Amino acid sequence: MNTHVLPRADIATAFTRAEAPRAAASAGLPIRIAGLRKAFGGNEVLRGLDFEVPAGEFVAIVGRSGCGKSTLLRLLVGLDQPTGGAFRIGPHADNTVDRDEVRVMFQEPRLLPWASVLANVEVGLGSGRKSADGREKALHTLAEVGLADRRDEWPSVLSGGQKQRVALARALVSQPRVLAFDEPLGALDALTRISMQRLLERVWLDQRFTALLVTHDVAEAVTLADRVLVIEEGRIALDLRINLPRPRERGSAEVAALEGQILHQLFKDAKAGEDA
Amino acid sequence: MTAAAERKGLQGLTQWILPVAIIAIWQLLASIGFIPARVLPAPSEVIVAGWKLLLSGELVKNMWVSFWRATVGFAIGGGIGFALGLANGLSRRSERVLDSTLQMVRNIPHLALIPLVILWFGIDESAKIFLVALGVFFPVYINTQHGIRNVDPQLVEMGRTYGMTPATLFWRVYLPGALPSIFVGLRYALGIMWLTLIVAETIAASSGIGYMAMQAREFLLVDIVVLSILIYALLGKLADSAARLLERLCLSWHPAFQKT
Repeated sequence: MNTHVLPRADIATAFTRAEAPRAAASAGLPIRIAGLRKAFGGNEVLRGLDFEVPAGEFVAIVGRSGCGKSTLLRLLVGLDQPTGGAFRIGPHADNTVDRDEVRVMFQEPRLLPWASVLANVEVGLGSGRKSADGREKALHTLAEVGLADRRDEWPSVLSGGQKQRVALARALVSQPRVLAFDEPLGALDALTRISMQRLLERVWLDQRFTALLVTHDVAEAVTLADRVLVIEEGRIALDLRINLPRPRERGSAEVAALEGQILHQLFKDAKAGEDA
Repeated sequence: MTAAAERKGLQGLTQWILPVAIIAIWQLLASIGFIPARVLPAPSEVIVAGWKLLLSGELVKNMWVSFWRATVGFAIGGGIGFALGLANGLSRRSERVLDSTLQMVRNIPHLALIPLVILWFGIDESAKIFLVALGVFFPVYINTQHGIRNVDPQLVEMGRTYGMTPATLFWRVYLPGALPSIFVGLRYALGIMWLTLIVAETIAASSGIGYMAMQAREFLLVDIVVLSILIYALLGKLADSAARLLERLCLSWHPAFQKT
């Protein structure tokens, strides 16, 4: 695709400079997390998380299973209550964000099997479901994920990737300002994953919501995110900025180097542990 | 008519091959005298008896009475069962208060209550309706509760994150999710409905199909006894077909009901 070659560092800086004004005027909301804790019984999963996400940034959160990354998302979207600390979505301290402005996409599509594809997308309109242009919006969003022609079908006839695209349309239809992804591509085959990653990147570049992607796939994190956070034992163990131009080439040397750095962080304790 | 539609029509006929064959063999055996008329009259005689009763108006009257009892009893018992099933499926507190009592009552065969019911209501309409209502209550109740309980919790969570109100959550997630199970209860209850009615009408009634059969037995009119039994079979089949049609309409989203 790329016909001319520039020194890569130059592309990266040029890209970030060009992106900066767009990000500032973005539709996303900033997130600030301070001393966030969550315990289930005696098991403390999150042990005081501190980080900030500027409006419109794409942050990937990686960690081993059980590190609390999904718990963090559940707290942010209001599915669980923190046991300590606080978080804030939006610029105001009183934390009053319209519910329709924060959306989550789960690992499973979680489509209503008894509702048509279009009706499932309309679920995402939330309180705006009865508004006059609701159907219009749903159709438009469905077209954006390339499934406009399947609008009247039942979810059961769709493939796994198509179901997840409907789930994405449902999450996008209310034009959320924060979108949290809980391993949304984890159950898809490798090729479908790659096309879904491209789709995610495209809608994010287009709408500039603040994106939080929880994933166990380090390559996915490096390909998509502006910044990768590694959570270990309930705390941030690594906060790595990814200054590579988009679209990023899977398997390129830079991606591989960053991937290696993150994997090293994830496994350095494990190696010591295994040797013992 | 397309070839596919024709094939579908033929497939629809397949289910009738066996009943028609059985009746044909029965007719043959009865007319050559292999089956004595006192044991089992020929189908043709049953049809003649039915025709006579139809002309006298007795058949329609008795069928209507039976149908009315079945419907009213089903509506009452099924309605209460459905309401309590929803309540106990949705609310743990309601379940704690009601469920163990209902389970105790469930273990009494409702037909064992016939002597008591006759003492309470005599052989009045309310006796039959009470028994039918009691009989259909439990299958509807248990399957409704089970259906609500087994709605995918992930879908409920999804509904909550998308800001569904409790009412919306009920109409869009719980009820449609419980529907397959509710239909199982409905079809089961329809079977129990006819069973209860037959027993109640043969024991204590002064009208209805069951009464007609008992009267005929008194006068050794085997053809009318057989007619009554066949009418019950027909009514049962009709009720089941209606339930299946409703099921296909309501569950068209379900993979098990999709045409391939």
